[in-house]
Amino acid sequence: MNRPRLVTGARLQYDDVRDEHLLLIPEGAVRLNATAAQVLELCDGERSADDIAAALSERYGGADVADDVRDLLGGMAQKGLVVDAGA
Amino acid sequence: MPAPRPYTLVAELSYQCPLHCPYCSNPVDIGGERYRTELETEHWTRVFHEARAMGVLQLALTGGEPMLRRDLDELVAAGREAGLYSTLVTAGTRFTRERAEQLKAAGLDHVQVSIQSPDAEENDRIGGIRSFDRKIAAARAARELGFPLTINCVLHRQNLDRIEEILALTEELGAQRLELANTQYYGWAVVNQNALIPTREQLERGEAAVQRFRERVGPRITVLWVLPDIYEDLPKPCMGGWGRTTVVIAPNGEALPCQAATTIPGLEFANVRDHSLEWIWNESDAFARFRGTDWMPEPCRSCPLGRQEEDFGGCRCQALRLTGDAAATDPVCRYSPHHDTVVAARDAAQTDEFVYRTMKRTRVAQRG
Repeated sequence: MNRPRLVTGARLQYDDVRDEHLLLIPEGAVRLNATAAQVLELCDGERSADDIAAALSERYGGADVADDVRDLLGGMAQKGLVVDAGA
Repeated sequence: MPAPRPYTLVAELSYQCPLHCPYCSNPVDIGGERYRTELETEHWTRVFHEARAMGVLQLALTGGEPMLRRDLDELVAAGREAGLYSTLVTAGTRFTRERAEQLKAAGLDHVQVSIQSPDAEENDRIGGIRSFDRKIAAARAARELGFPLTINCVLHRQNLDRIEEILALTEELGAQRLELANTQYYGWAVVNQNALIPTREQLERGEAAVQRFRERVGPRITVLWVLPDIYEDLPKPCMGGWGRTTVVIAPNGEALPCQAATTIPGLEFANVRDHSLEWIWNESDAFARFRGTDWMPEPCRSCPLGRQEEDFGGCRCQALRLTGDAAATDPVCRYSPHHDTVVAARDAAQTDEFVYRTMKRTRVAQRG
């Protein structure tokens, strides 16, 4: 996946009733932990997975998050929630 | 135990509809005095905000035909402002490019267009009105404007053999989801049962076609396929459990635990004109009656499979219809003493004639 973006119609939202991050999709909602929410916020169809990992790493004092980002995006792509903007 | 938080608000904005589908899930008495007066814009707006505060995330704008509400754009905007993810469930006949643009601007998230069949002539016969071309145009308009699109097709004996065509059309239209909803027997579908119940062979062929499609297309298109209860021997968690995930508001403001709940005698439905949604959900009799597991009779109570929290006793309306008691175990269950009523319904006498949904007099039309 070169330039990940959220699938058409998906919307990130913080649910202040349940205090959790969600990805709202047609007739459904996917619960997200805070890290996943941050990764998905960066999926703008411009950045690559490496760009996203670098941006997060900077936020967390240089920690290596590349594998985590790749795993998360892979899982999301398998569920059809993240797609390649270039495809 | 406190009531669980709801996820979905089904807003039945109006029972008016240009179509006459013979399996419509609306009550058969939609033409009666009970539904004469629809809620005002302010009622719905208040309900949307109350729903979000209770935890609701998904808003289904449905009917009848929601496009017939003159304040639809206002209601869409109110749903977005409340923080709800909105779906327009439409027959598509009025969803023109211009209306689609206006609804996009108002904040609509998702469009679901129904087709009655992938064959134009058959579609128009089942829906009781010429509508196929406008439906296809509606689906295309939705995609052109960047809406995620769901195609919905209610399945029954007279269209199940076209499942490959339905799948192909869905793909061609660029839909993201396909809901293949085998007819559920409440509302008008009960009246038309003998024209709708499919054979087991039709369902097996349908399921195999869906399986092949899923393997080929992958996560790009989600296909929902639900077997009709009549060929099952364990109940489904109807509505995700009574009063557990979903609240339905009828056009007249009555709050229902499911679309067909008005068929259950002895249940009183509070109206959102008179009560807050929170009170209705937490305190009203209709929502509390079959919530959780305390109400369950035998054999549910001592379920040998321990499924009480899995199927929540199945469907109350079905229990009523087949056993005469809404508080009985759903007879779909193999352990129900009334399971033979479900088995017998598989061999219903067959007819191709429909009794069409109407708010006026009853019409019958012949096939072909």
